[in-house]
Amino acid sequence: MALKWRYQRMLANIAYITVVVLIGLGLYAIVFKQNLIKIVMGVHIMGSGVNLFLISLGYREGGVAPIYTLAPKLEMVLPTPQALTLTSIVINLAVVALMLSFVMFIYCRYNSIDSQDRRLRG
Amino acid sequence: MSGLSKIVRVTAAVLMVPVSTFGLYVIMHGHLTPGGGFQGGAVLATISALFIIAYADEIKKALDVNLLSLVETLALITFISLAFLGLSTTFFSNFLLKAGELFNNPAVGINGGDLNTGGIIPLMNMAVGLEVFSALSLIMVLMYYGSKMEVPEDVS
Amino acid sequence: MINSEHTAIMLIAVPLLGAFTTAVFGRVSSSLRNIWVLAILASTELLAVLLGVNVLEKGINVYALGASFPTLTSPEGFPVRIILEVDAMNALISLIACTITLIVVVYCLGFMRESRVLDKAYTLILLLLTGMLGLTLTGDLFNLFVFFEVVSISSAALIAFYVHRGQSLEAAFKYMVISATGALILLFAVAIIYSQYNLLSMAALAASIKYTFLDEVALVLLISAFLLKAGSVPAHMWKPDAYGEAPAPVAVMLLTSALVSLYVLFRITYTVFNPVTPTIGWTLALLGVLSIFLGVSMALIQTKLNRLIAYSAIAEIGFILLGVGSSLTQSPHTSKVGFNALSGGLFHILNDVLDLGLLFLAAGAIYYLTRENNMNRLGGLGKTHPVLGVFFLIGLLAVSGLPPFNGFASKLMIYESVYFFNPLFAIIGILGSILMAAVYVKAFYSVFLGVFPPQELGQIPKSMLAAMGVLALLILVIGLYPATVIKYLITPAADALINPGDYIGGVL
Repeated sequence: MALKWRYQRMLANIAYITVVVLIGLGLYAIVFKQNLIKIVMGVHIMGSGVNLFLISLGYREGGVAPIYTLAPKLEMVLPTPQALTLTSIVINLAVVALMLSFVMFIYCRYNSIDSQDRRLRG
Repeated sequence: MSGLSKIVRVTAAVLMVPVSTFGLYVIMHGHLTPGGGFQGGAVLATISALFIIAYADEIKKALDVNLLSLVETLALITFISLAFLGLSTTFFSNFLLKAGELFNNPAVGINGGDLNTGGIIPLMNMAVGLEVFSALSLIMVLMYYGSKMEVPEDVS
Repeated sequence: MINSEHTAIMLIAVPLLGAFTTAVFGRVSSSLRNIWVLAILASTELLAVLLGVNVLEKGINVYALGASFPTLTSPEGFPVRIILEVDAMNALISLIACTITLIVVVYCLGFMRESRVLDKAYTLILLLLTGMLGLTLTGDLFNLFVFFEVVSISSAALIAFYVHRGQSLEAAFKYMVISATGALILLFAVAIIYSQYNLLSMAALAASIKYTFLDEVALVLLISAFLLKAGSVPAHMWKPDAYGEAPAPVAVMLLTSALVSLYVLFRITYTVFNPVTPTIGWTLALLGVLSIFLGVSMALIQTKLNRLIAYSAIAEIGFILLGVGSSLTQSPHTSKVGFNALSGGLFHILNDVLDLGLLFLAAGAIYYLTRENNMNRLGGLGKTHPVLGVFFLIGLLAVSGLPPFNGFASKLMIYESVYFFNPLFAIIGILGSILMAAVYVKAFYSVFLGVFPPQELGQIPKSMLAAMGVLALLILVIGLYPATVIKYLITPAADALINPGDYIGGVL
């Protein structure tokens, strides 16, 4: 009985657990990986984690998508976090595109995307 | 490079119709649904991605880098100018709301989804959609050229 | 006709419009583009001055975007709009940002004359200015994140200005990783706060904050995000790379953006989370002392001029944190000393950007002349370019905190007041300042005195000299009349910062 209760509670919080896992994974990749592409991936994973957090904050059980056009009922999930998430996805996209272009130039320069093969120290 | 086989190319060309329709739909309904300029523009930009994959170097004429960056800049200027035009009340003020036939009263509550209810928001969505489409296409085109790039000599 | 109430938003919108129109004008002709950029920046500067005067005369200035009138911030008693909120503190910071950008662009007219990507460089500089002004003026936590990223992206692209150099690219990548992580931490903190109060407006949040455990987590996350961006000690490693590899005018812009993010940190600790626990104050002061120590001692062993100045920039951030952190350890309402420490720290923001800006621009001029950054291979410039030497000397004396210059005034305020909280911190600060003088005297000696450089050197363009001259003049004026500056600029700002009631009252 207790086990089942715990299981259900975990299921209810599954979004938040995923958030923690994603952010942790992202930070791990940023801090410990030496491949520049993996660092960019870490930034993106962390961004996805934060976006998921924002989205799950706005979730209301049984709510429909916040579209008023011929909506079936008036119980909706919160639209504000969704708007915030969209903005943050856009920004994340720009950041990742910029970082990838840096990686591209660095690869052209050094023929390596390992952060250990760098000339710059500091 | 000459791109992929004929089957892929024709499929890509055919797919352009539904994809662009969907993208334009998302842009036009931006003030009624959670879509809008960015999402629609991103959908439209997938056409560019598809064409880059299918046609490779033949896209040079269709997706001209200079043209794309000009369109992007002009769309951004349009967006900001629209915001400036509302300045008699406030910046970003919706001055076209209830202005006439094309710009009807705003929709409140559950509604039938008429398109003429957004004031300046659809215009801004169009500007943003154009901007996002050209910017994303520009990024992809540049990265496509960049992937075949030699070591750049003194670019600055 | 535009009313004075629109000044706040125009301050953000004008450089934004300027940024995108610059690219169009650049296609027509380069001199037209230069005139256009200068016109945009001059009008921004004018707007910043107008805004400052307006705020000093009428008190807090609020602007709600898209509302039916500008001060309608909370229709039906709930703040839903995107709000700009300007008090004396924001007005001061925005004035600093506009002035520095104007000076930097004038400098760029000479410095980057031969570059082929000037359209993009000016666009990015204007975007960076937009981001900094947005970061300063906004009263909304989520917009804080958006403008934070605007600043990050535009400055990362500017750091990679010398795109053919591997080092610049690596510095830009490093900066971007740090900034992106900082921004995501910031967004996470904003989400935590939103989950509890359903609020994003900073003023409304300050009114209803409850100091739960989650709030404290959010506060720590916010502080670490902005410290990452400002580059105090635990996150200083991007600074020497970015400042050292970017062109000198870009380094000055980066310095300004670091100070702007420090301002946001103070806004959050003083206004949103008011009163904050003394532990935060002690932590900030401790980080400040560590930054001073590390910045100065690393600056001692540098051979590249730009990197040396970058390390001293870390130390200068430390002085600001030391002053403001000490004042956070107790309530500045009641204690005169705490207020003094706070105004010393804020005054040092102004002085820091002027002093280090002058030094960076002088280093840029040296690079422009000799294409050399390494101090061991430089020498004798004092004979050929005495004016440049005088500018460097003014910057040197000001940054080391010697009497007739502006650095002395603010550092004295910091030492005096910090001594009451913790004598040890004040002594480390003074020692750091003395060591800084030693570092710069060494640099001055090896660049301007000593052997004559073998090759024939050109002349410095007039616009670069003019930019440095204006900075040197500002340093001298502030150094000679510190009391006036404190009375009219700093005290109102510090007052605004310690009285969150006005800030809250502006919105609700």
